[in-house]
Amino acid sequence: MDGPAVPAPHPILPDGLTRIPFWAYQDTTLPAEEQARLFQGPTWNYLCLEQDIPDAGDWRTTFVGTMPVVVARTADGAIAAFENRCVHRGSLICLDQAGKGAKDFTCVYHAWRYDLGGTLRSVAFQHGINGKGGMPDGFRPEAHGPRKLRVSTLCGLVFGTLSPATPDIEAYVGPDVLARISRAAGRKLEVIGRFTEVLPNNWKLYAENVRDTYHASLLHVFFATFKINRLTQGGGVSVSPDGGCHVSETLAPTDTVDTAYDGLRSVDAELRLADPSLLDSVDEHGDGVSQQIVSVFPNFVLQRTRNAFALRHFLPRGVDRTDLHWIFLGYADDTAELRTSRLRQINLTGPAGYVSLEDGCIGGFVERGAAAAADQTTILEMGGEGTESQQSRASETAVRGFWKQWRATMRL
Amino acid sequence: MSAILRLAELNAAYAAAIDADRLEAWPEFFHETCLYKVTTAENLRQGYAAGVIYADTRAMLRDRVFALRKANIYERQSYRHIVGLPRITADDGQEIAAETPFLVVRTMQDGRMDLFATGLYLDRVRHAGASLLFAERIVACDSQRFDTLLAIPL
Repeated sequence: MDGPAVPAPHPILPDGLTRIPFWAYQDTTLPAEEQARLFQGPTWNYLCLEQDIPDAGDWRTTFVGTMPVVVARTADGAIAAFENRCVHRGSLICLDQAGKGAKDFTCVYHAWRYDLGGTLRSVAFQHGINGKGGMPDGFRPEAHGPRKLRVSTLCGLVFGTLSPATPDIEAYVGPDVLARISRAAGRKLEVIGRFTEVLPNNWKLYAENVRDTYHASLLHVFFATFKINRLTQGGGVSVSPDGGCHVSETLAPTDTVDTAYDGLRSVDAELRLADPSLLDSVDEHGDGVSQQIVSVFPNFVLQRTRNAFALRHFLPRGVDRTDLHWIFLGYADDTAELRTSRLRQINLTGPAGYVSLEDGCIGGFVERGAAAAADQTTILEMGGEGTESQQSRASETAVRGFWKQWRATMRL
Repeated sequence: MSAILRLAELNAAYAAAIDADRLEAWPEFFHETCLYKVTTAENLRQGYAAGVIYADTRAMLRDRVFALRKANIYERQSYRHIVGLPRITADDGQEIAAETPFLVVRTMQDGRMDLFATGLYLDRVRHAGASLLFAERIVACDSQRFDTLLAIPL
């Protein structure tokens, strides 16, 4: 797939996946290149939940990278997605986050009117006033429209792509990710909260953090101390064929004595919760998995931490800022007890989460630490040099997988 | 003392404990069974029950402080709460319901200051002996956005 020619003033990346230079997070020309080649290229971008727009005329606004997008349910029940940009002068077409029952969309600037699928239907004063002014005779509104996305739904999750070259979403995520998404999202979902966390770092630092199974029990002391997640628990990490999607899983803790963390900062035998009901959980999927992170390249995550269940969607807002959207979920048929567990266990995740608040600041620490290190590199050798699936989470295989797909998509 | 003044006194003591880093005193402003939730006005409008912090016992609040002291990693920072006058919305003699606007400025260790949060405290307050304590404090932030992280409670 050939994208537009983009100047590449930055240096050449080293071969392999174990050394990423810091300019890859810092170069101010890269965001435009990523927008053109990656977000508008052969990738699947999360748009919304199918149930966010249940009826004809329901719509939401979101972004594909930095491109504003409208997702709408059309009269025939299909889902359409198109750039939220009037073709006339470029204004946003929809200003709000969501709406219901629209018959069409009219740009506020000059009242150019689009149908629910994003096709231009009429132009105000197209034929002028009293025979004067107006558009040229040959102007056909339906020949114009903002860019339209190809849409796929996966178990109630709506994804869109601007490239005809993007493979079917099932092949794109691979069988392991597909199986996990089907299990978690294959029932009627209910949104129970939406929050946005503003990260002081490049979006790729967060994309790596999501895939970094090595850091979890080292940075997040709460996890290890309360034995919610330790690398010595069972589990593993699976990487998609193209590298960019992954599943990591942690099995529920066993009672065996674990000495692997002796002497490390993240162990404090004295820590005990005063109210352990926070962690009361139901093995709701019957798979013994206490923590599961599923990523879809480039910027989507489906997560369950015990009974806390969330989507994460993160969007670049400049080279060193990222908006991280948390959408907390339950199932429509949750028992009251299970719903209470979810509400309590959201304390583990999100911007104030016991095992996630560090992820809000760690990317900023990297930005600041590497401020003068554009020509230096990271070291990504835990678990080898490749991107194969592994039984151990003391591995950076999924981080290397992200860079494998990033390089292929960016052609860098 | 009028109910408004007693609420204002409670709010002043609450804010002083947090802003002076006496976090261990913070859970003691709540009944043993309580609800402390940090959410946003939009989440409340949508009827979404989740909060980024959600505690339904005083012991969970103590755990939050314990985790901040012992477990969680974040840069040293402090808050300054500016708390407005309570507006009493109900008072049945047993329990007072009130809405109180707040503004929190966050100062980081390098001196950077940001307007971190504004919103309304949606409170239900009851006596425990001579003290007024929160049975419920819903922190309804005006913005959906939280900058970097929310460690210290609001």
